[in-house]
Amino acid sequence: MYTTELEKQPAPALVTIEDPERLAAFEARVAADEYIEPNDWMPEAYRRTLVRQISQHAHSEIVGMLPEANWLTRAPSLKRKAILLAKIQDEGGHGLYLYCAAETLGTSREEMIEALHAGRAKYSTIFNYPTLNWADIGAIGWLVDGAAIMNQVPLQRTSYGPYARAMVRICKEESFHQRQGYDLLLTMVNGTPAQRAMAQDALNRWWWPALMMFGPPDDNSPNSAQSMRWRIKRETNDELRQKFVDATVPQAELLGLTVPDPDLRWNEERGHYDFGSINWDEFYAVVRGEGPVARERMDARRAAWDNGAWVRDAAAAFEAKRASRKAA
Amino acid sequence: MKDWPLWEVFVRARGGLDHRHAGSVHAPDADMALRHARDTYTRRMEGVSIWVVRSADIVASDPAKGEALFEPAASKIYRHPTFYELPEAVNHM
Repeated sequence: MYTTELEKQPAPALVTIEDPERLAAFEARVAADEYIEPNDWMPEAYRRTLVRQISQHAHSEIVGMLPEANWLTRAPSLKRKAILLAKIQDEGGHGLYLYCAAETLGTSREEMIEALHAGRAKYSTIFNYPTLNWADIGAIGWLVDGAAIMNQVPLQRTSYGPYARAMVRICKEESFHQRQGYDLLLTMVNGTPAQRAMAQDALNRWWWPALMMFGPPDDNSPNSAQSMRWRIKRETNDELRQKFVDATVPQAELLGLTVPDPDLRWNEERGHYDFGSINWDEFYAVVRGEGPVARERMDARRAAWDNGAWVRDAAAAFEAKRASRKAA
Repeated sequence: MKDWPLWEVFVRARGGLDHRHAGSVHAPDADMALRHARDTYTRRMEGVSIWVVRSADIVASDPAKGEALFEPAASKIYRHPTFYELPEAVNHM
């Protein structure tokens, strides 16, 4: 799972005036592909961009558990249920790796969770679409995790050390997510005509939202240039989107499914697929929180947090009791 | 609710190897830290042993003073085997 930089308004003007010597040294280190570590000096804007991007990424992993959890009790077999459970647990783990990486920048878990639950923090637009049938679970693994992999592979070399290391760990686990999704759809397309139709329907609904996961087009992505220069980002939104289309279209063909884009065709000259234009109005509406199930997702997320409060309280009470016994 | 304390997690991948830093977890106490570390960092048999230590208990060197801290080693090239040019006949030593 992944979210791209979603904040559309440019960062507010810097209040802190950075020491030009330190700034130059920092820029040189980054340009030389050195990793920046938590206690190293860094410009405030770098720190702020990273906190925003890593926490959004973490939130996406956590919220990403919800549409899948929706199908856990209705998995068609014990095997599929165990696989889905393992995948959802991975997403939780990915969220935790990323929250920890963000915390090394001086924010706290509490602040980040609070921002998510209060609706101030963004997460990937993809999770504000509903999972309507079992084939959606396959489509999410194949397309959503597939898009995430495209995004995340270059982030293994992102300039901030803790983020890069979290990405290495995540990428290792993400491949299972994509493959189980494709395997699920492969089973469905070889099933009954009704199952085949479900698979096609899932592709129809998830294709365009998956392409939107790469974020706004490069010419409307104000923070991209800065992030590329600081090596926070290593490839542009449009480059990654093209890579995803090129890799995914043959996979759809192998499934015998039709990509829902009449303008999709191989361009011999470019050596890439040309594809139709994306409905950016829809994208920005979802970013603003108007996605089909945005409200439901946040309600479910808050309920999960509130319903788990007694576990956290019990753990804290147990530790307090033990500490007081030790003191006595 | 305030965050639980942060713990650094070190995992030994298999016998014979050092414990290596894997990441961190929040937990109210050491037992819970170990459980969280297991669930977070060893879901695929990545380890045979886990250490956890409160992050606040780690003492770290200051990267800004790294140059001065490590400078004494830079000038002592005779500490490396390649410093010594030996006759061809014994150079595999």
